[in-house]
Amino acid sequence: MSFFHRHPRLRLAALLSAPMLWLVVAYLGALAVLLVSAFWTVNGFTGEVVREFSLQNFRTIVTEEVYRNVTLRSLGVAVAVTVICVLLALPMAVYMAKVASPRARHWLVIAILTPLWASYLVKAYAWRVLLANGGPLDTLVGTPGYGLFAVVIVLSYLWLPYMILPIYAGLERLPDSLLEASADLGARSGRTFRGIVLPILVPSIFAGSIFTFSLSLGDYITVQIVGGKTQLIGNLVYANVGAANNLPFAAAIATVPVLIMVVYLTAVRRSGALEEL
Amino acid sequence: MRTPAIHLAGLRKTFGPVEAVAGIDLEIADGEFFSMLGPSGSGKTTVLRMIAGFDLPTAGTVSLNGRDVTQLAPYDRDVNTVFQDYALFPHLSVIENVEYGLKVRKVARKERRARAEEALDSVRLNGFGARRPSAMSGGQRQRVALARALVNRPRVLLLDEPLGALDLKLREQMQVELKQIQRDVGITFVFVTHDQDEALTMSDRVAVFDAGRIAQVGTPEEVYEHPATPFVAGFVGTSNLITGPAARRLTGRDGTFSVRPEKITIADEGAPGTISEVIYAGPVTRFVVDLDAGVRMVVVEQNRRTGTAALAGLRGNRVQLTWLREHVIEIGANRAA
Repeated sequence: MSFFHRHPRLRLAALLSAPMLWLVVAYLGALAVLLVSAFWTVNGFTGEVVREFSLQNFRTIVTEEVYRNVTLRSLGVAVAVTVICVLLALPMAVYMAKVASPRARHWLVIAILTPLWASYLVKAYAWRVLLANGGPLDTLVGTPGYGLFAVVIVLSYLWLPYMILPIYAGLERLPDSLLEASADLGARSGRTFRGIVLPILVPSIFAGSIFTFSLSLGDYITVQIVGGKTQLIGNLVYANVGAANNLPFAAAIATVPVLIMVVYLTAVRRSGALEEL
Repeated sequence: MRTPAIHLAGLRKTFGPVEAVAGIDLEIADGEFFSMLGPSGSGKTTVLRMIAGFDLPTAGTVSLNGRDVTQLAPYDRDVNTVFQDYALFPHLSVIENVEYGLKVRKVARKERRARAEEALDSVRLNGFGARRPSAMSGGQRQRVALARALVNRPRVLLLDEPLGALDLKLREQMQVELKQIQRDVGITFVFVTHDQDEALTMSDRVAVFDAGRIAQVGTPEEVYEHPATPFVAGFVGTSNLITGPAARRLTGRDGTFSVRPEKITIADEGAPGTISEVIYAGPVTRFVVDLDAGVRMVVVEQNRRTGTAALAGLRGNRVQLTWLREHVIEIGANRAA
């Protein structure tokens, strides 16, 4: 060990070479290929990729209304899912962190984590059964059927734990004495929540929203299972990779959510949310 | 007699099987600087929390200025608290922290800003309003917490070991300042501490807590000079307890007696004994003397002339101890917990 002790730079190299290799080749490499191929086109007759620089794909995305609609729809779904998750996660996390006994808290954390072990596909299909005409939901209250609404519900269900956990962690770090101090200074619970708890939790909420927002923006499987005819960005990518066999165009579409996430992360960074991850 | 600022009657609090507060009856006068002194776990903080309304008593009542507030929430009580960890709101600036109580009570913007600045002035923090609490030192945060509580002009201010996190120098400085502020604003201070020096220097009266009960209430002098129980004698200052046969030999009577170390002098005649330990402590030297009567006594002498070199050779010497009869305090037994 004394060799590495005397050569701290070599020690660092030994530690980091594998992850760096992975990051550069597998991660950034794939992204670079995606970005470059987005500027290629496909020969309409032969179906072969033409490796020449062209803005044709992006021109199509910007000008054709269907792509703009799908982008806006995907954004709307991501925002709706995030809002629903925040509204559900806040009271749940407050209960877990500040009300429940330590024993109950322990079990609640487990209860929130265990669904993450179950397969995504199984959970999505479970909802397909739930939402089916004549299914359990239909006989109880009536089903909204497959479509955009179903997509929002199922995605909210799938990503809720990713919102609860950062908010719960943020609340755990919030000392009880702050809540007592607020009450001591004359504030009722609602006022304390709005004036003290919520502002302190903003970074945690944004941290959770990074998960719910980006996962919703890129999803296409849930959409296929419960979305009916609905199409989101992910479905367009999938269709162009498969049926249309137009990889360059698929790559061009895929840059849209990447771009949206970059904008979103830049905006969120200012709130300090990235330190909460 | 005037209505007391705080009246506690038969106050009890149990947490599961643990009885944290085992029956407290207490009156605290308006404008008094009152300390609750005791080791950790003696129930003093729990009593404070029940006065503030953070914990509800299992039994008994809390009255503020003659009004029963036992069942009221903290926000409906005319008391404010300075917390041990200060509990400053990290997302608000110093002035916003101080303003918070006024803002909640819907005081107009202009007035509350003026009052907040005034409060910051009174704790000598003018010009710090725009800072975040995280950018301030421990002593400064402590004063922000004080200003945040005082700005609401409560009838009673509760302080939960507010100086606990400060270093010794700052502590002593804040003790003087707190006492001064209390005299200026003239409101009742209830001060929780485990530091007997702090309680003795600052308070008008002290309640010594022992295992969920009050062992003694009195002025600092009463508590120090006439401890009611062996626990008080031992917890407030150092005490030489004389019991059993030694008591009969030294005082001629049966019982438990206490003599403070500084009341004893090493002299040419008196009770004979052997010096078993010499501890030099700056301004004073402590001698541990094993008396032939069968009791170990601690003696404190001012270092007016003594030098360390002279002290070193004293261990093992035969000496005689004397004290005045009135300094031998007979004390009762500890109350069963």
